Amino acid sequence: MDSTLILDVPLGVISRIEKMGGATSRGENAYGLEITCKDMRNLRFALKQEGHSRRDMFETLTKLAFPLNNNQKVFAFANEEKFNVDGWTVYDPVEEYRRQGLPNHHWRITFINKNYELCDTYPALLVVPYQASDDDLRRVAAFRSRNRIPVLSWIHPENKTVIVRCSQPLVGMSGKRNKDDEKYLDVIRETNRQVSKLTIYDARPSVNAVANKATGGGYESDDAYHNTELFFLDIHNIHVMRESLKKVKDIVYPNLVLTGAIQVADRVSSGKSSVVVHCSDGWDRTAQLTSLAMLMLDSYYRSIEGFEILVQKEWISFGHKFASRIGHGDKNHADADRSPIFLQFIDCVWQMSKQFPTAFEFNERFLITILDHLYSCRFGTFLYNCESTRIKEDVPEKTVSLWSLINSNKEKFKNPFYTKEINRVLYPVASMRHLELWVNYYIRWNPRIKQQQPNPVEQRYVELLALRDEYLRRLEELQLANSTRLPEPPTSPSSPSQMMPHVQTHF
Amino acid sequence: QLAPRQPSLFACSVSPKDSQEDLFWSPSGEQLLCEASTVLKCVQEDSGQRGIYGKLVCTDFKIAFLGDDEAALNSDETQFKNKVIGENDITLPCVDQIYGVFDEKKKALCGQLKKYPEKLIIHCKDLRVFHFCLRYTKEEEVKRIVSGIIHHTQTPKLLKRLFLFSYATAAQNSTATDPKSHTVMFDTLKDWCWELERTRGHTKYKVVSVNEGYTVCERLPAYFVVPNPLSEEDVPRFQGHGIPIWCWSCHNGCALLKMSALPKEQDDGVLQIQKSFLDGIYRTIHRPPYEIVKTEDLSSNFLSLQEIQTAYSKFKQLFLIVMSVENNLMSFLFLLLSDNSTEFWDTDIKWFSLLESSSWLDIIRRCLKKAIEVTECLEAQHMNILLLGNIFKSQKETASDLCCLLSSLVQVMLDPHYRTRVGFQSLIQKEWIMGGHCFLDRCNHLRQSDKEEVPVFLLFLDCVWQLVHQHPPAFEFTETYLTVLSDSLYIPIFSTFFFNSPHQKYMNMGRESQDAQNQSLNLLTVWDWSVQFAPKAQMLFTNPLYVEKPKLDKGQQKGTHCKHQRQLSLPLTQSKSSPKRGFFREETDHLIKNLLGKRISKLINSSDELQDNFREFYDSWHSKPPDYHGLLLPHIEGPEIRVWAQRYLRWIPEAQILGGGQVATMNKLLEMMEEVQSLQEKIDERYHSQQGLQTEAASMLRSSSARLSSLFPFALLQRHSSKPVLPISGWKALGDEEDLAKQEDEFVDLGDV
Repeated sequence: MDSTLILDVPLGVISRIEKMGGATSRGENAYGLEITCKDMRNLRFALKQEGHSRRDMFETLTKLAFPLNNNQKVFAFANEEKFNVDGWTVYDPVEEYRRQGLPNHHWRITFINKNYELCDTYPALLVVPYQASDDDLRRVAAFRSRNRIPVLSWIHPENKTVIVRCSQPLVGMSGKRNKDDEKYLDVIRETNRQVSKLTIYDARPSVNAVANKATGGGYESDDAYHNTELFFLDIHNIHVMRESLKKVKDIVYPNLVLTGAIQVADRVSSGKSSVVVHCSDGWDRTAQLTSLAMLMLDSYYRSIEGFEILVQKEWISFGHKFASRIGHGDKNHADADRSPIFLQFIDCVWQMSKQFPTAFEFNERFLITILDHLYSCRFGTFLYNCESTRIKEDVPEKTVSLWSLINSNKEKFKNPFYTKEINRVLYPVASMRHLELWVNYYIRWNPRIKQQQPNPVEQRYVELLALRDEYLRRLEELQLANSTRLPEPPTSPSSPSQMMPHVQTHF
Repeated sequence: QLAPRQPSLFACSVSPKDSQEDLFWSPSGEQLLCEASTVLKCVQEDSGQRGIYGKLVCTDFKIAFLGDDEAALNSDETQFKNKVIGENDITLPCVDQIYGVFDEKKKALCGQLKKYPEKLIIHCKDLRVFHFCLRYTKEEEVKRIVSGIIHHTQTPKLLKRLFLFSYATAAQNSTATDPKSHTVMFDTLKDWCWELERTRGHTKYKVVSVNEGYTVCERLPAYFVVPNPLSEEDVPRFQGHGIPIWCWSCHNGCALLKMSALPKEQDDGVLQIQKSFLDGIYRTIHRPPYEIVKTEDLSSNFLSLQEIQTAYSKFKQLFLIVMSVENNLMSFLFLLLSDNSTEFWDTDIKWFSLLESSSWLDIIRRCLKKAIEVTECLEAQHMNILLLGNIFKSQKETASDLCCLLSSLVQVMLDPHYRTRVGFQSLIQKEWIMGGHCFLDRCNHLRQSDKEEVPVFLLFLDCVWQLVHQHPPAFEFTETYLTVLSDSLYIPIFSTFFFNSPHQKYMNMGRESQDAQNQSLNLLTVWDWSVQFAPKAQMLFTNPLYVEKPKLDKGQQKGTHCKHQRQLSLPLTQSKSSPKRGFFREETDHLIKNLLGKRISKLINSSDELQDNFREFYDSWHSKPPDYHGLLLPHIEGPEIRVWAQRYLRWIPEAQILGGGQVATMNKLLEMMEEVQSLQEKIDERYHSQQGLQTEAASMLRSSSARLSSLFPFALLQRHSSKPVLPISGWKALGDEEDLAKQEDEFVDLGDV
C-alpha cells in the first residue's frame, strides 16, 4: 500500500493499552503495542525493539489516555474549540416543561433540590404532584433508593396521563411499608382520573426484583399499594448488557428494551393510564424506557434539537452515570460498573429510524457522532455522573458542548426524508425479524465491510429537491418577468426541456 | 342469501349459464367440484381471532371462500388487486400442505380419511395460511369438501387434467392481447438471431434448426445456438450430448456456454470414440491464444438439489405462522383470544438461530459467489465459460437446474438489458423455459413426486432480489414484480411454468389441436400481466429509481466496437502469461475426463490462483462507485444477504410496521417526482404558451390514503388500529449469563435507609 494510513483515534476512546511480546520476542509483529478502544476498534502496532521507543510510547499514551489516574482532567477542559452556537443553551428545563404545558393544575415545578440536598443524583429542578408538599417529598425520598423519588418525565398533551420515573422502594426483607410513599403514588394516580389504576413498570425481571429485597430494595406489592398494577419488563442489569455487547450479533437486548418502551408508550397513549417506571436505581434501564417511550409518543423529540433535549433531560440531568458506565479517562477497563447502556439506547433509536425512515429529522451520522463523542472526551456533554458534580466542576463554563458542534453544522445531520408530523405515535415492531445489526456502527472498522454507498433513494431525492428549488426559482422569475413582458424562449443549457431527462417518472 | 358475485374478471371469460351456479364467478371452463356452507374462516385481528361465515368451494381451478357478508369483503380498498386470484382464493397448484384439527391436535391430511376434522388449515406455496372452521357445517358437506380438497390437491394427477387445458379449450375464441409484443420468447429462429446480434455473438456462433420438430433431442429447444465451426451433423451424434450450447456473449467476445455430459460408458472402444469426438468439439471453443475455455462442473462440489430442498422447507416454516390450534370457537361471530400470535413470538426469540439453521441465506450466498466467479472469468480473464452438467435432466440430476440458475444470474450481473423488465422476461424465456427447466416437476404441479419438488426458480428470484435490494437503481423492475412473479408459478391459466420442456408443451398442444379441428390451443403466457393486474397496479412493477441508459450515438458505438475488435486480434495480452497457458493445457485433459464421467479432482475450484483473482475482482469492483448500466456485483458478506421480507413476511400482521418501512421513503420520492414534473410543465407552459401535457402521475402510493404499512402492497391482513404488537412470551432463556443476571446494578446502601 502506497497511500499513508491515517488513524484518527481520540485518546478518550482508548480503553486499554497493552504491550505485546517481550524483549526476546521474534518475528515481525511480535513486539509492539495493542490498543483496545471503546468504539470496538482493536489496534496493534508493531514496534522496533531498539531503543526505548515502546516504553516511551506506552508511558506517554497511558498518561494521556487515562488522565484521571494522574489527577489530571480530561481533554474537554483543555479544548478551546469555538463554535458559533452554544450547545449548553439547548436544554433549559423550565422551557422544556413549559413546552409540555407545565406547571398546570396538577403538577408543579419545585426547586426543593436546587442545592441537590434532597437527591444528589437528580437535577435541581423537578416536577411533582401539586398536592404533594415539600415535606411529603422528603419523606418519600427516605423510602426510595438513593432518594430518587417519583417525578414527572412527560405529560400527554391531550389525556394528561404522565410518565413518572423513580428508583425502587426500600421494602427490604421484612416488607417495610411507607404510608407517605403509598399516598404519594395515589396522588399521582389522581392527577388523571380516566383510569382507576396507576401502572407501574418495573424494568427488572421479577426474580431480580424479589432478590433485591435482600439488599433492602424491592417493588410495590399490591397489598401495600392499592390501585396500582405492577408489571415486570424482564430487562437485565448492566452486567448482562455488558456481556451482551461482547458478542455483538446478540441483539436480543435492544429488542427487550424496545418492547418495554412500547408497552409504556401504549399504556400512556391508548390505555390512558399514568405510568411509573423504575428499575433498581432508576438511572440505567429506567432512562432507556422513559426516553424511548417519550420518543415514540412525542414527535418533538424526533427533531435534532428535540433529541438533544431528550438526551440532556432523561439521561444527563437525571443522573445516568456516564462517568462510571463509560469510564472516561480511567484506566480500570475491567471495572464492573462499565456497561453500554447508552449505546443500547442509541441502537434502539437507530432501529426506530430504520423502521420509520421519514419520522426523524436526524440521520444515522447524527447518532454515530453522538456515540463517537460519548467516548472522545472532546466535549463536556457526557462527563461525570450527575448534574451536581457537573455544576461543581463547572462543566458548562469550562468545556464545549457536543451540541455546539452539531448545531453549528446541522445540515450534515439532517435526514432529507423527514416529514414533520405532530402527535403521531410511532410504534416500532420489536420483532427480531425487523431488528438489524447496525453495520455502519458496530462493524465499520472492519476492512471487509465496505463503507456504505450513499443510499440511492436518498441521493435521488436530494437531487430532486435541488431541482425543485431550481424550478421554483425559475417560475418566480418568470412570473416577475411575465408581469412586464413575454419571456424569450430559453437558450441557456439549463433550460427546463433539457433538464427533462433527469426526471424519469414512469407514471 | 349470497349477493351476486362480481361480474367476470376476465375480459374473455363466459359466465356459466347453469342456473345452479349463477352466483358463482369463474374463469372460462372452471367447474365447481364441491362446496360447503356455514364455514367459518378465522382471521387474525389486533387482539384476537375473528370468524367470518361463508361458503367454501372447490373447483377444478381453485379453492375459494365466499363470505356471507359480501360488503365486508368488497369494502377492501386495496388497489393492488389480482384479477385472477382474490384474497380468499387458493389455486389448486398453490396448495402446499393441508392439516386437519382433531380434538385440538393438528395432523397433516392426505389420502382417505376415516374421521373428518373440525378445522381445516391450508398452507399455501405463497406462504398464506388459511383456517377454516367446519364445526357448524353439515357433516355431509364436511366430508365432501374435505375429501374433495384433498383429492384435488394432494393426489397425483395427469398433465392433461391441469386446469390449463380446460381453460385454454374454453377460452378458444378469446382475444388475448399479444404478449409477444415485447418479451422475446425464443421459440423462433428469428429470436435467436436477434439475440446473437444484440450480444454481437453472431461472428462466432450460429443458430441451428436441426432439432425442429424435436427429432434430435427432446430436451433441447427447436432452435439453439452453437459455435460456428461445429458441423450440424455432430449434433445428433450423441443426441445432443457433448455439444456446447451458447447462452450469451460478453462485450469482449467471450461466451457463456453450457454442455450436457456424455453418458457414462465402460467400454474402452466407445470411450475412445467419445474422446476423439470431444477433442474435436473442444477445438471449436478452445483455440488459444484467441479463445480459451474454462469448464465449471456443476454436478460436483456445488449445491445439490437435496440441500436446496431441505433448506427451503426449513426456511418457509419460519413464515407459516399458524394461529393457535387450542382455541375454543365458542361465540358465533366474534371471539377474542389472547394467545393468537404466540407462535410468531415463540419463533421470534430463536429467529436468528432458526434462520441460520435453515441455511437458505447461505445457499443464496453460494449461488451468488459462484456467479461472481464465472463473471470474473468472462469479464476479467477473457475466457469462454462452459457450464458442464447434465443439462438434459434425468432423475436426480442437479446440474441441469443449476445451469439455468447460474447462467441466468451471470447474465443479470453482466448484461444491463436483463435488468429491464422485458429483458428479464426474455432471459427467463431463454434460460428457463427454452432451457428446459422442469417446472412441472420442480413445482410438483402434478403431485407425482414430492422428492422432485425443489424451489430452484424461487432460489433464482431470491438471488435476483438480493441484487435488486442492494442496487435499487440498477433494475427497471421492483421487488413487487419479483414477488408477483413468484406467485405466478402456481396460477394454472398460464402455460409458462406448467411444462418440463418446450417439447412437452409442443406435444401436448399438438394432440389437442388435432382433436379440436386443427385449432391450436390458446395458452396464455404469464408475461401478459394485464391478465392479472390492472394498468394502475402494474405501475408498482416499475422502479422509479431506474434511469434508462442514455443512448450513444452511432459514431461512438462504432468507435468502441472497433477498439474491441482490435483488442481481440492482438496475440496474447499481458494478463495471460505463459504459466497460465500451461494450466489450461492441463485443463483440456481435465475437461475430457470430466465429460467422460471420470471426475478426478476439484482442481479448478480449489485453485488458489482463482481464489485470489476472485477476491481482487470482487474487492476492486466494490471499491468503485457502481455503474448501474455496466457490470453489477452483489455484496456477499454475512449481513448483506437478507431475508426477502416482502415475499416472506407479507401475510404476517405482527411483522407489519404501520406507516413505516421502505415504502415511506419511496412515497416521498414519488411525491417529489410529481412535484418536479408539474413544475417542469408549468415552466414549459409559460415558455411555449400551450397546455402542458396532463401526464397521469397519480401514483398508487399516494392515492391510497393516509399511511402505508411496510407490507405494502400486500397488506391484505391489515391491522386496523394502530395498537402496537407486543411479544407475549418471556425472554428468560439467558443461560450462561445467569450469574450476572442475579447481581445487582449497585448494592443499595442500607445505611441510608
